[in-house]
Amino acid sequence: MPAKVVVLIGTKKGVFIAESDKTRQGWTLRGPFCETWPMNHVIGDPRSGTIYGTGGNEWFGPAVWKSPDLGASWTHSSDGLAYDEGEEPVAAGWSLALAPDGLYAGVQPAGLFKSEDDGASWRHLDGLQKHPTRPEWNPGGAGLILHSLVFDPADARRIWVGISAAGVFYSADGGDSWEPRNLGTRADFLPEGQNYPEFGQCVHCLVMAPGMPDRLYQQNHCGMYRSDDGGRNWHSIEDGLPSSFGFPAAAHPRQPDTLFLLPLNGDSAGRYVPDARAAVWRTRDGGKSWQDLRRGLPQENAYFGVLRQAMASDRLDPAGVYFGTSGGALFASADEGESWQTIAQHLPAILSVETMVLDG
Amino acid sequence: MTQPKPVRVTLAGVLADLFPGAPRHLEVEADSVRGLIDALDRRWPGMRDRICDTRPAIRRHMNVFVDGERCGLEATLEPGAQVHILTAISGG
Repeated sequence: MPAKVVVLIGTKKGVFIAESDKTRQGWTLRGPFCETWPMNHVIGDPRSGTIYGTGGNEWFGPAVWKSPDLGASWTHSSDGLAYDEGEEPVAAGWSLALAPDGLYAGVQPAGLFKSEDDGASWRHLDGLQKHPTRPEWNPGGAGLILHSLVFDPADARRIWVGISAAGVFYSADGGDSWEPRNLGTRADFLPEGQNYPEFGQCVHCLVMAPGMPDRLYQQNHCGMYRSDDGGRNWHSIEDGLPSSFGFPAAAHPRQPDTLFLLPLNGDSAGRYVPDARAAVWRTRDGGKSWQDLRRGLPQENAYFGVLRQAMASDRLDPAGVYFGTSGGALFASADEGESWQTIAQHLPAILSVETMVLDG
Repeated sequence: MTQPKPVRVTLAGVLADLFPGAPRHLEVEADSVRGLIDALDRRWPGMRDRICDTRPAIRRHMNVFVDGERCGLEATLEPGAQVHILTAISGG
């Protein structure tokens, strides 16, 4: 029986943890944790309750933090979380994912690491660095970051990553070899006639539909997309949305046709919610049509953005949806986006939001 | 035979705080900055990664001062030297 809902919040100044019971009506907030390091991504393992977070500190570099007790105590390690001597050093961790065979971390500059001892030590999976396109990858606004990390739950050798701004890459062999999977996604920032390259797209967020490992959704710098063949081909799903720009995407825990997006007004228009009125946009039909969900969200003077990893759903029924803003507010819906409440305000800029539902 | 005289080390508080039990002030036997950091890492595993990157060098926003002078990994340490490992001005 679900007993506790934990929302894990990575911010520019530490990790915060919000908790509620399964009704998700009243919330408590604790933090900041991790010595107020900038924490790009925080995840939880619902089997053990362990929390893992990663980020990078300008003084001290990258690390993966771990708490076995819901934030009461933390350890950190970067043992092995490094490129070879002489290469550009790892500046920060950007993404974490638990797969059946271990814990994975995506870093800046873009690369992938694996831990088989619960985050105590790390091993570089160097296939991405050896990819022939690697010398031509260019950084996005936040740097050359591996921010999206998606596994086939039935086969951990199948990995999709999203790298800004190299695009989506896929590995069928656990990270040894990779191929770009960007066909059909635009790069509007390239010269006319070169807008559909093999790689170099600015993917912002990549998520997998539940129960359909070959259905992927993507929020890109230039459009929203769906793929039904593991990313080989992408199709625009942006008709009906207020813009083609945004950062996060959140899949539904059980319904593969349901997706939540949070479009922003445009890459050169301020990157805040359109008309300064906040809305989450939901599709129930795989992106054919969209509904804006606004009840309880600020509908005037809302000049915030929501970053690439800062929206998530939980596994309850009805599913909860959560997002955190650049202005440090955390919003929650316990009814799949129909209505919203404010969990927290005045936090540091929120970089990531994830959920962990613990059984009682 | 005389024992080598250790160097006196002061760690930034935010650095020491990352390693439970690490003091702000301690004495370490070492004859170079690199050797000093190796010795610190043996006592508090992971401390090297917080001070150095893999270029390898002192991190961009960390500073090591030996008797008041900013130094790199190769600097030698005289017995009794005073070493400060400090965070530089950084962030926002």
